[in-house]
Amino acid sequence: MGARSHADGSARVNSVATPFVESMQAAAVSGLPGSGIAWLDDTRRDALRAFATHGLPDTRNELWKYTALRALQQRAYAPRDAGAASRPVADDLLRLDGCEGPRAVFVNGAFRADLSRLDDLPGGIVLQPLSEVLRHQPEPLRFLLAARAGDEDGLTLLNRALAADGVIVRVADGVRAFNPLHVVHVGTSAGSAVAWHLRDLMELGEGASLAVIEHHVGDDTSGHFANLARTITLHARARLDWTIVQRASRDATLLRRTDCVLHEDTELDFHALELGGKLARHELRVDLAGDRARFASRGAFVLGGRQHSDTEVLVTHRARDTVSDSLWRGVAGDRARGVVHGRILVQPGADGSDGCFYNKNLLLSPTAEIDTRPALEIYADEVKANHGATVGQLDDNVLFYLRSRGIPLDTARRMLVRAFCAVTLDGIQPAGLREFCETLLAEQLPEAEA
Amino acid sequence: MLKIENLHVRIAGREILKGLSLEAKPGEVHAIMGPNGAGKSTLGNVIAGRSGYEVTKGSVTFDGDDLLAMEPEARAAAGVFLAFQYPVEIPGVNNTYFLRAALNAQRKARGDTELDSMQFLKLVRERVKEMGMTPELLNRAVNEGFSGGEKKRNEVFQMAVLEPRLAILDETDSGLDIDALKQVAEGVNRLRSPERGFLVITHYQRLLDYIVPDFVHVLADGRIVESGDAKLARELEAHGYAWVRDRTPTEAHA
Repeated sequence: MGARSHADGSARVNSVATPFVESMQAAAVSGLPGSGIAWLDDTRRDALRAFATHGLPDTRNELWKYTALRALQQRAYAPRDAGAASRPVADDLLRLDGCEGPRAVFVNGAFRADLSRLDDLPGGIVLQPLSEVLRHQPEPLRFLLAARAGDEDGLTLLNRALAADGVIVRVADGVRAFNPLHVVHVGTSAGSAVAWHLRDLMELGEGASLAVIEHHVGDDTSGHFANLARTITLHARARLDWTIVQRASRDATLLRRTDCVLHEDTELDFHALELGGKLARHELRVDLAGDRARFASRGAFVLGGRQHSDTEVLVTHRARDTVSDSLWRGVAGDRARGVVHGRILVQPGADGSDGCFYNKNLLLSPTAEIDTRPALEIYADEVKANHGATVGQLDDNVLFYLRSRGIPLDTARRMLVRAFCAVTLDGIQPAGLREFCETLLAEQLPEAEA
Repeated sequence: MLKIENLHVRIAGREILKGLSLEAKPGEVHAIMGPNGAGKSTLGNVIAGRSGYEVTKGSVTFDGDDLLAMEPEARAAAGVFLAFQYPVEIPGVNNTYFLRAALNAQRKARGDTELDSMQFLKLVRERVKEMGMTPELLNRAVNEGFSGGEKKRNEVFQMAVLEPRLAILDETDSGLDIDALKQVAEGVNRLRSPERGFLVITHYQRLLDYIVPDFVHVLADGRIVESGDAKLARELEAHGYAWVRDRTPTEAHA
């Protein structure tokens, strides 16, 4: 374990055309925004062909070891929601405490200008939906959209082929945004199960600073498939506070991959609260490419039913005196399954790096399962690196203590789950959002019994 | 108020209590003394409802209700309080928050209105003053990083806020130096009232110099073998538990 494996698992040819692959192939590239532009059509077709060969990642791939997509393979999805532009969305769903500033809303994978609030963006911050960029001036994004990364897997290929929308955010050098930017992804019933593919780019110029709050919500019962690919670049001395609150509908499949590059003296402060989805995965790759770049992550997932959550935090220390510091908490009840993989790779030359990854987990039922794998690989000198992972249960002695004071069992469990995860929420800003997250956490308590 | 009749209790198949009977009325302070392994803590835990104890015979009633059939939280709402021998640390759960949740859960279960945060804070401030509790401890996580003395004082403080009708003190004196012992005893004495009964479980007579009991029971080998008044505690101190064992065991009733 811990061997440097490629994320693609690509050598094999997937000869079996599964219902999933077939439904994706049926998605006409010609109907996508930007179609007719030769280089875009080429890269999309090329990627779709490659996807048909690769298929979805399978469990022989080290990064997918505990997340099997067998059930997904058997599902077919409509290529897009034709009615996404006009579906009504309750305002309650969009609102998030502490996020009264600019807002970009996507409904079933399509940008909705009517629900967004982007008029009062401060100067120096440009936010464009990818769909508009594709229609009007895609050339500047060619580097991103036509890029063939060395480690593309089936999902990134699929994303390159079919991405139709997403958030493109650029912050100019030295611009410091005060209000957090609120990005909402809504899944709402489209009659049948639909797929969408989003491609995001966040680029912060030198000395820029931005806070982004990403909110996934859903009232969808048809079970959508969302595939997000994201690139985040922080130029020297930039700072990004990024918080994800994931409350996708219980039938949704949400697969995300984020590639971050942090140049010198940058800071990425990441928080995640993962509560929703039937299958939710986030592969977060952080490349500490510049000296003294810092990455901190705090996250928690709380699962019930048959939910499956997979968190991959893959940090590469490439430059000197870089710092990574991750702290995750996982809670699973009923028949839920959690997967946590924290890998710290310290490359030759990244001397003086300091990396740690800690993960504690709580099982609330004998049929729940959490697999956690911290891994360190160090090829540099004077490195400080630590990792640790545990899986345990609620302490009966503590539960009895609370109950002996009059607190009912169910409330006692909620209190302890909330307390267990609290350390990951402490740093969330603004305070209104933190309190909201605490409430969500307390409400999320999964069934303890099998 | 509390009536225990011929109580037999097993833990992991081993019989710990072998026919214990005891009755406590409101306003009475009963001391339960005995050597290690006599079953003292088992008695407190069975009354409060800790799991892992198998009652094979006998009964425990509280105001005539079958206590053994009730969940621990229902016993608390009925007025039973156990001050733990080893109070647990609960990282991440704020002391004040915990106590308010406990008090309001009990009030709700009894059909009383819950206290809002202003009312609760007022109550807590009063109790803090009365009990000589260090106010900073309220803003910390429950018992986390507390010294042994602070933990025991916190137990008595919780008792003062929750105002139980039957308070069981399980070796509240253990691990305390003499100053801490006096403080804890003062706190308990302040809570003595004609409506409230106490079971004071202790290994040593020392605590009973400060909390003077109305009755003293000697628990040995799972039964009460001797009962008397406060003087019995001093005799035990002078002669040791072997002295009781050598005498003819008598079934004791308070």
